[in-house]
Amino acid sequence: MKTQPATVFQTSMRFGLIGGGAAVLFSLVGMVEVFGQRTIIGGVVSMGQAFVAIAMLLSAYAAARQLSSVSSSAMLTAGGLTGVTVGALLAALVLLGTSINIRDVFVSASPPLFELLSFGQSPVPGMLLLLVAGMTMGLAAAALLFLSPAMRSTAISVLLAVGVVGLLADLLRIIISQWAYVAPLVEWVFSGKGLSVPGALAIAAVVIGLDVLANRRRNKAHNLAALPATALQKRMRTGALMALLLVLPLLLGTYVSEVLDQVGLYVLMGLGLNVVVGFAGLLDLGYVGFFAIGAYVMGMLTSPELGLASLSWWSALPIAVGVTVLAGMLLGVPVLNMRGDYLAIVTLGFGEIIRLLALSDALRPWTGGSQGIQLIAKPVVGTVVLDDQLKLYYLILAGCLLAGFISSRLRDSRLGRAWMAMREDEDVAQAIGINLVATKLLAFSVGAAFGGLSGAIFAAKLGAIYPNSFGLLISINVLALLIIGGMGSIRGVIVGALVLVGLPELLREFAEFRLLVYGALLVMMMLYRPQGLWPEEARKLEAHGDGDNSNGDQTAAIPA
Amino acid sequence: MSKILVAQTVVKRFGGLMAVKDLELEIEDKSIFSVIGPNGAGKTTFFNCVTGFYKPDGGDILFQGQSIAGKSPDQITKLGIARTYQNIRLFANMTALENVLVGQHIHLSAGLVGSILHTKAMRAEEAAAVAEAKRLLQFVALTGKGDFLSKNLPYGDQRRLEIARALATKPKLLLLDEPTAGMNPREAEDMKGFIRRLRDELQITILLIEHHMRVVMGISERIAVLDYGEKIAEGNPAEIQNNPRVIEAYLGRGGAAEDHRTAGSIPATAAS
Repeated sequence: MKTQPATVFQTSMRFGLIGGGAAVLFSLVGMVEVFGQRTIIGGVVSMGQAFVAIAMLLSAYAAARQLSSVSSSAMLTAGGLTGVTVGALLAALVLLGTSINIRDVFVSASPPLFELLSFGQSPVPGMLLLLVAGMTMGLAAAALLFLSPAMRSTAISVLLAVGVVGLLADLLRIIISQWAYVAPLVEWVFSGKGLSVPGALAIAAVVIGLDVLANRRRNKAHNLAALPATALQKRMRTGALMALLLVLPLLLGTYVSEVLDQVGLYVLMGLGLNVVVGFAGLLDLGYVGFFAIGAYVMGMLTSPELGLASLSWWSALPIAVGVTVLAGMLLGVPVLNMRGDYLAIVTLGFGEIIRLLALSDALRPWTGGSQGIQLIAKPVVGTVVLDDQLKLYYLILAGCLLAGFISSRLRDSRLGRAWMAMREDEDVAQAIGINLVATKLLAFSVGAAFGGLSGAIFAAKLGAIYPNSFGLLISINVLALLIIGGMGSIRGVIVGALVLVGLPELLREFAEFRLLVYGALLVMMMLYRPQGLWPEEARKLEAHGDGDNSNGDQTAAIPA
Repeated sequence: MSKILVAQTVVKRFGGLMAVKDLELEIEDKSIFSVIGPNGAGKTTFFNCVTGFYKPDGGDILFQGQSIAGKSPDQITKLGIARTYQNIRLFANMTALENVLVGQHIHLSAGLVGSILHTKAMRAEEAAAVAEAKRLLQFVALTGKGDFLSKNLPYGDQRRLEIARALATKPKLLLLDEPTAGMNPREAEDMKGFIRRLRDELQITILLIEHHMRVVMGISERIAVLDYGEKIAEGNPAEIQNNPRVIEAYLGRGGAAEDHRTAGSIPATAAS
């Protein structure tokens, strides 16, 4: 075939340029260098190098897969060529950066970056090494495609596991050294800021072992014809999950508990916004407003500093949530007739108005102005004051469970169906008899209540609040975690919060590039997985319903 | 027999355009009444006035003696009027069963607290609603398709699901906007039988917009013909078929081809 070489070449170039472009971009914005300080396997691979390797692997894998119908030689050629292209682009960057000074424009194009990219060698051998690395990675990626699906997934799992453990090495190290029996392992598995070589090999072995076991079980289950989980199994699974959630902070220590607290507060907000946007389809960009109102009401009512009132946290809580619900309705009324973009803009304004009110001098006697509110009461349960991450974790967990429970009950009710009908087609929903005013206001109220609860806990957790804590970025974070997790999906909210709030906290270096990563992640989600990471499956009402004994007089079906 | 729906000099304007002009209609209870006319004659606009999507600019619409002009769509639905749409408008990302359950909205009473607490009354109501929805799905020959997302159903199924959703509101008057659009003659024939069953078995008055003349002439007791928003004729099928003004409206004066209004909608079977 005459066209084949051209196809191979074109495919490799296309994916190579995309991957290479991404790698160059990551280098120039400083991500590669910053992550270069984090090692995955001590003395062997740094996170920065892993970034470059991932760009090579992914683009070569994609190129080779595109040609999987042509021939295996075409796949290998394309894989290698794509990898080399990525390497060549990076080599060109090294050449450019080391020969002329581009730091005026690209601040991060620093000597350490080029040293890292050229594997610590001088530029020329470094560039050659880049090309060789590209070729090797490309061929390896193409070779992955020749493996059986089970082996391929094992290989990918191993890479991921080593990568993740290596990334979180210094954190895991602290956690594991708290566990008496395994603590001695720490020195053996970890070295410096990453894994040790034997540690990495051990993890690989463990992952392979688990994978083999899982495959064997899956085959067995397959033979027995996979049965749906029974009620008992479901209950046991829920019980196990609950037990895990209860002991989690004890196992993981203070720092991770703090991260879990933050994730939990975002889960609460996410569940609230999920009712408004995910269920009812009302795009609300000012959700932070409710969070702020909950926090401020809590502050006003409990802080002795302002001299307004000094209630206990628990007696102020219903008032804080109540006021937030009221605010939700007040916001709801003027926007009842707005849809889509217009609604988004107005709610965006609402969020900003709340923040500006908190900041304003006129309201200083009540909100403390830019000074904020200090000395906010901590919740007390019995004689225990919930004043550290660990104790607050249980309060936040309880809040999340309550909100999740309410969300799921409402989703499967008459009201939830009305919300979804409204989301799908507002006019038809009204024509079917749904009162849009009541239904919309209820959505705003329930959403606001969860946000207010989250805010009230947030205020107690910090003990002090400032207007700056309630910026637009929080609204955007919450909306983004809904999109990542899956709109309208309750479990998706949890996944989204873990990915968008938990990971950046654990990988501090990410913080600087948070918005860049958000943008890239959102675009990729829209392109490849618009339903979110963990969407709700379509509910099966008919399959397990029981009332099918009502064949009245109108049973004759018309011929279809 | 009593009149279930009476339109009195109904007017609807869009800017300078008179979409519906002094329309007078009286529809007998438990009859099948068709509204026909060339494209743009104002048929769907009239439907929208009856169901509350539009507020008439003049005149009045009486449903069972009560004025409904200017009421909101949900209020009108509660009084007992349901409709389907020319271009199917299902809740696409909800299952077929859920679509029918939403249709029962006005007959269910579960509120916020009951839904959260799963009270006994709420559970009983919910179970009854699901049973009723299944019965309706069975009635429209969609048994076993309740768990399909409605957007994944074939076209004919979607049309019938839309009718099932409308039936779930327990209407006394059902407005069907081109229920056989896009169907082949056989499917249209089936739909004809089905519409007749709605009236005969469920005692529902049917107000129909339709272009398939075989369907219209086969099941209607009375037919009104609209052209440029005005009623130009009304009568039983035989009277309509022989009415010179109707033939003129459809085929143009002397059948002249320059009458673009009728393009694409000339009913081949009009004069059987």
